[in-house]
Amino acid sequence: MIDWIAILQAGIASGTVLLFAAIGEIMAERSGVMNLGVEGMMLIGAMTAYRTAVTIDQPWVGLLFAMLAAGILSLLHAVVSIHFQADQVVSGLAINFVGIGLSMVLGEGLSKAGAVSLLPTITVPLLSQIPVLGPILFTNHNPMTYLGYALTPAAWFYIHRTRPGLHLRAVGEHPAAADAMGINVYRLRYGYVFAGGVLAGLAGGTISLAVSPGWFSELTTSGQGWIAIGLVIFAQWNPWRAAAGAYMFGALRRLILDLQGPQTLLGFANPFFYTPRLGFFLQMLPYALVILILFIGSREAMKKRVGAPAALGVPYIRGERGT
Amino acid sequence: MTGQEMSANPVGGQGWQFPFSISIEPRLTVPKWLPALISVGSLGVAFVIGGIVLAVAGGNPLAIYAHLIRAAFGDIGVFNDTLVKASPLMLVGLACALAFRMKLWNIGAEGQFFLGAWGASAVVLAPILPRDTPAILMIPTMMLAGVACGALWGLIPGFLKAKFNVNEIITTLMMNYIAVSWVLFWVFGEWSESGFQMSPMFPRNAWLPRLTDYAAQIPQFAGLTLHAGILFGLIVSVVVWFITSRSRWGYEIRLIGDNKEAARYAGVDIARNTMLLMMVSGGIAGLAGMAEIAGVVHRLQGAISNNYGFTGIIIAWLAKLNPFAVILVSVLFGGLIQAGREIQPSGVPRMLQGIILFCVIAGDVLLRYRIQITRR
Repeated sequence: MIDWIAILQAGIASGTVLLFAAIGEIMAERSGVMNLGVEGMMLIGAMTAYRTAVTIDQPWVGLLFAMLAAGILSLLHAVVSIHFQADQVVSGLAINFVGIGLSMVLGEGLSKAGAVSLLPTITVPLLSQIPVLGPILFTNHNPMTYLGYALTPAAWFYIHRTRPGLHLRAVGEHPAAADAMGINVYRLRYGYVFAGGVLAGLAGGTISLAVSPGWFSELTTSGQGWIAIGLVIFAQWNPWRAAAGAYMFGALRRLILDLQGPQTLLGFANPFFYTPRLGFFLQMLPYALVILILFIGSREAMKKRVGAPAALGVPYIRGERGT
Repeated sequence: MTGQEMSANPVGGQGWQFPFSISIEPRLTVPKWLPALISVGSLGVAFVIGGIVLAVAGGNPLAIYAHLIRAAFGDIGVFNDTLVKASPLMLVGLACALAFRMKLWNIGAEGQFFLGAWGASAVVLAPILPRDTPAILMIPTMMLAGVACGALWGLIPGFLKAKFNVNEIITTLMMNYIAVSWVLFWVFGEWSESGFQMSPMFPRNAWLPRLTDYAAQIPQFAGLTLHAGILFGLIVSVVVWFITSRSRWGYEIRLIGDNKEAARYAGVDIARNTMLLMMVSGGIAGLAGMAEIAGVVHRLQGAISNNYGFTGIIIAWLAKLNPFAVILVSVLFGGLIQAGREIQPSGVPRMLQGIILFCVIAGDVLLRYRIQITRR
């Protein structure tokens, strides 16, 4: 039998990783800077967090360093794409390669490190008693999951209901006008790219110290950074939609692992149990689903005429005419 | 003035003034030699930065670099291996360079490479042609199958981009993961050699000719595994050059890449070009996959690509999308991959590749701006 409650519970935890990364990317892209280096930044975060935990046995410090390391990496992207006006796509890819390579070099030998202290798990006293939702949302989760619950509404409120959020959107939609209003376009873009990096690092640290503990080189993230970027587009830069997508993909990730276990599935012989190599099709599923939701999202965007922040990917050059 | 926010802030003291003023201003004309110089300079800077990282990580950068050069270009044997690694890189580099001309971000060369390898294998393993088909028929069929499968893998994101404006960066990347799972599905099952995670060895008539095959006539060729795949790279580079620089289609591609709106205004069919270019780009990457398994691996298995598809992106960019420069850069990167195999930690070549790409795009700022240092 498949324990659906357990799948959803684990899905929420692994969805939190995607959530952090996606909301970080929403922040950066809302300011007009696309950072395709999420996967690389997450890997750096995962490696830094785990290495710190192995070295000084302090998972919380590990998370902090993970955020810092990924943040610093994102600043490289910021300098090159904001001031040097390089193509953001290529710069983001470069960040990715640097992140992957660097974490492989510095993470050497880490996979055999043995037991380390991970993030604790917490069960929320009263809320966990709620039927169905309690065990899924509030039982035996690591603290980052609860942070994730708070992050989504906070990000939405920040972007849409506060003055700094208004500035953020202005810089991404019409930097020249924002500049004329006295907003420092460059400083804000640096800030939000850094914030995106920090959140990607947190996402990576959450993987290696809580969701699937350990360091497995590139497989630690296995494309989750890219899925997060796909979610951002699907979410139309809205944190709520990003959260829905993140948790869905988190649950799917878990479901794929669990589908291959039982001998019967919904009363039938489980084909994935008797023909394990069909599991490769299960492994394709999240990636194929990203393509599908991007397709759905694009159709919707065409119909509703909503789209990316107008200045996304366009370097702002002060003094030049432009949007 | 664009330069203001970039200008270095001289020492802020009151009494003493920095004796030089540094100003940064936009460049109006770019000298012909500058891009090449910047590429070489960026490469140098990248190796210095990489060296620093290696030193921090506890290695001896000079020893590692010396080893890299020896193990990649030291003698004819290792140089042969370097060229073997460079062969697929040329093709994927060209595939990327062609797509990037139109600002079409085909990040999926890796997946197209895998599909190309799968398609070529299917000819032998399915089997589409009987095992004893003469090479003269077998090899072209494998090439065709590889190109067709790569092209199909490129067409899917191309179609989604052209018709529904679906972001091709993400879709091509997702297609990579799907392609790897697809190949694994076949090598773990249908085409598995008695349960091992690889297909049986191809018959000799499905192998691309290698230098060592002619050792009977030319004894110096003994042991040299360089195969005909490198010729594919050289020929395709001329084709890509012709397409981009000498053909009407190439003109349209460059027009779309430089200014999409202007291209649309000029009546260029962007949707059609997107699909076509993704197919051609995917087909070239697919040919790389075919060449690799017919020339080197001689069987289908999970590990057939040393990250070739992604390295192609870096190569294309370092070569400034110039198809002939792609050949040169591929040899360099082939050396890096070849020599890097024995280096611990294993991530060193990939880290260096990333740093190189980063330095190259950072260095491009010098194409747009000039830095002038004058005495006060």
